[in-house]
Amino acid sequence: MAGVLASKAPPGAIAARPAATESALGRRILIGITVAFLTLFILIPLINVFHQAFAKGLDGYLAVFFPPEPDPNAVLNYSQKRRLAEAATQATRTWHSIGLTVAVASIVIPLNVIFGLAAAWATTKFEFRGRTLLTVLIDLPFSVSPVVAGLVFVLLLGRNGIFGDWATQLVWPDIFSLRWVGFGESFWPLAFERTHTGIIFTPLAIVIATIFVTFPFVARSLAPLMANLGPDEETAALSLGASGWRTFFKITLPNVKWALLYGVILTLTRAFGEFGAVSVVSGHIDVNDTMPLRIEKLWNEYNNQAAFSVASVLTFLALVSLVAKIAIEWKTTNEAKR
Amino acid sequence: MADSSRVLPGFSLSLGYTIFYLSALVLIPLGALVLKTAQISPDELWKIITDPIVVSAYKLTFSASFYAAAINAVFGLILAWTLVRYSFPGRRFFDALIDFPFALPTAVAGLTYANLYLKDGWIGGLGPNIVGGVNWLSSSLGGGQLISTTALDWLTFPFTGQTSGIVAVLIFVSLPFVVRSIQPVLQEWDPEFETAARSLGADRFTIFRRVIFPEIFPAWFSGFGAAFARSIGEYGSVIFIAANIPGKSQIAPLQIVTKLDDFQYAAASAIGVVLLIVSLLLLFVINSIERFSRRHERAA
Repeated sequence: MAGVLASKAPPGAIAARPAATESALGRRILIGITVAFLTLFILIPLINVFHQAFAKGLDGYLAVFFPPEPDPNAVLNYSQKRRLAEAATQATRTWHSIGLTVAVASIVIPLNVIFGLAAAWATTKFEFRGRTLLTVLIDLPFSVSPVVAGLVFVLLLGRNGIFGDWATQLVWPDIFSLRWVGFGESFWPLAFERTHTGIIFTPLAIVIATIFVTFPFVARSLAPLMANLGPDEETAALSLGASGWRTFFKITLPNVKWALLYGVILTLTRAFGEFGAVSVVSGHIDVNDTMPLRIEKLWNEYNNQAAFSVASVLTFLALVSLVAKIAIEWKTTNEAKR
Repeated sequence: MADSSRVLPGFSLSLGYTIFYLSALVLIPLGALVLKTAQISPDELWKIITDPIVVSAYKLTFSASFYAAAINAVFGLILAWTLVRYSFPGRRFFDALIDFPFALPTAVAGLTYANLYLKDGWIGGLGPNIVGGVNWLSSSLGGGQLISTTALDWLTFPFTGQTSGIVAVLIFVSLPFVVRSIQPVLQEWDPEFETAARSLGADRFTIFRRVIFPEIFPAWFSGFGAAFARSIGEYGSVIFIAANIPGKSQIAPLQIVTKLDDFQYAAASAIGVVLLIVSLLLLFVINSIERFSRRHERAA
């Protein structure tokens, strides 16, 4: 699977080849099949997301995220009050899931970028025994089912898990509860108000599971380019007296910046959209819902339009990532031409 | 192994960090799965994985994945062929669309597919939808009802809750694997060979079968394998569209989740190990084919 990602040729980098052997009729039939297949399986499902999200119009769409405020002077009966309160609870949960998803992604991305840079540096700039094995192992998470990815952490860190005794006692601070407490008590003015105990069924488990499923993306997008560039430029910089870190930041990083950005985009899309692994370690608890889990709950509550409204945000993100990918490919082919 | 290749600094730092991070987050957790399964006695393990409900989950997973991968193998070849060799309006757009299943969260894919193939969804109720559209158009032009309302009732695809629905969403999820593995090979393909074959009297079909297909076969097959492997592990999209009835329409990953919810950790890990072994075997086969074809190329 990983090979597919890496060996992907930029779309449109080479103009359509003149067909040498096919008749005009055969060509038309094949083009017809292609357009029909892609329309049926990709385009229609894509349009359907937005169609269903806006099934109750723009107001209905916005009401999922910003529930209507009751007029303070209006006299409401019981069921109206209940409906307003329900809408407000649902919107709070949705916003909480958005916040959690963003928080998880912003922790996972820097960690995987550091790992990806280290792994690509080690596997492309040096020859050593076991290098092929290492690259295979880095790609391993691609071939593991997301559910199995969640399962391994439950077996490792959950109750009766291998490190269960330690992991279920672990106390760690909730990053959302970081508050300004002033300099009265200590020299450090920030403190956490809440803590979590345990790892599985808490947001920490979601972070760990997300790291697992997004593990190879950065390393994978960097490795082919860094292998192509070879160690020559770095060697030249070192021979001119630059330090190792200076060489890395002035030579290596600028050379691979677009590939790095591409890896970050892949990680981001997957981190936002991961369902299986996160679902297993979240324990179906409302406060642990990321956006995809929130979509599932809304769908199970027969709240179709709300589910599609949350889904439309993720779909929009997916479209942005596709455009970014095309822009990066266009940029790199242009730079290569120069 | 030459030491001269180690003039660059940071070898032990980068390799050490890579191995540490890899072990902590991938190797030790996967080891836990194997260890947990090894603690089960062989008899019990056999009992777990031959339980009729589990067996039917495996059957459903493997058959639906196989159908999806096979359909993608056929259409993926046509798609890659058309997108590389022909120019037509919207080619770039449709080519970019191929990557969309990679980018779209699986839960969203499942959601929109489940909705499309409902009885009143766009494709699930295609016939009645067409009748409604035509009649609306004709009545707004002043023509009245053009088609009887029940004329196209046979043209429906109520796939939600059916195995065909699972196959449909798996086709979506695994489509890019086939197309994107064939495309680079077709792009590097030199049309001179076709001209040569034609000048020697080969017809179009023979050229494809004897000249082009052998060239793209390794990429095509590894694309099929990757699509199959991806479909076997797929969870997020399938549970939206499947009916999820134990023993009938539960896929194997869902069996793992069910067992975990019942705190049957041993059973969950046994089912997981089987899935893991199958995907690793597929990975191994794909890699060997790629390595074989590369060596073959170099020899030629």
